[in-house]
Amino acid sequence: MTIDATDRRIIAATQSGLPLVPQPYRAVALELGLTEADLCARLRAMQERGVVRRVAVAPNHYALGMVANGMSVWDVEDAAVADLGAKVGALDYVSHCYERPRALPDWPYNLFAMVHGQSRHEVEEKRARIAALLGVACRGNDILYSTRILKKTGLRLRQKEA
Amino acid sequence: MTLDATDRTILNHLQDGFPVSPDPFAEAAKEMGLTEDDLLARLTRMKEARIITRFGPFFDAEAMGGAFCLCAMAVPDAEFEQVLTKVNARPEVAHNYERTHRLNMWFVLATETTQEIEAVARSLERETGLRVLCFPKLREFFIGFRVAA
Repeated sequence: MTIDATDRRIIAATQSGLPLVPQPYRAVALELGLTEADLCARLRAMQERGVVRRVAVAPNHYALGMVANGMSVWDVEDAAVADLGAKVGALDYVSHCYERPRALPDWPYNLFAMVHGQSRHEVEEKRARIAALLGVACRGNDILYSTRILKKTGLRLRQKEA
Repeated sequence: MTLDATDRTILNHLQDGFPVSPDPFAEAAKEMGLTEDDLLARLTRMKEARIITRFGPFFDAEAMGGAFCLCAMAVPDAEFEQVLTKVNARPEVAHNYERTHRLNMWFVLATETTQEIEAVARSLERETGLRVLCFPKLREFFIGFRVAA
């Protein structure tokens, strides 16, 4: 997945969002000295390579009542984690789903899934549904709620490389 | 602001994707039975009211270059603020959350290379006298997440 200098300029120009004008790609292309067709072709190519995950609206979970979330963690048999991880990731209430290494003996969990809900009670219900989905391949689980944001900076493209 | 049924339709519909084409708003509006003007006005309103966090392309941070790693520490209560100051002072620490577990500090390291992740983690261990557990992504699963509006 490589991106060239022009792709980086496109990322820098659009990472905070598209302008809300009838022809947003034309507006961005003009700003970058590209043609609209070239910009759109590059965005589509980046989408195919997975550099662009999607072009979409991200609603504010909190404003829509999804105020509770927990990092659920699961100790899943290694042989089953690929299949089961895919099933957990596809759930509409899971926003991130990764296989990560265990850190034994402190940490036996190898599947991480961020679960969202309207309340902690709802998050716990969803956790129970994931437990049922994982079945006997899962030997244990836990859920970690965040009690405080200690630091939050966006992961943004460094301007010096743009 | 309060959302009406049309706003909710827009939020639900555009979470799934937005066209990459010359007149994307006209195209998306047509799919929802709206006019382009109405769609743009509603999106502008919802963005201003922060109902919409972001609208546009979402990039894979790793594909843009750089390395990322989730890390965790078990920080004793008495040392928490002191350790926090040391951890947050690092520009490589992108997010940091306090969580309900013995491993109570969870942060993401963002560096140029994978080797630097290891170096920053070890240096934080020397500075704090606590272990820094690293949980790099081994596999990422497709995300079906939707917020029902």
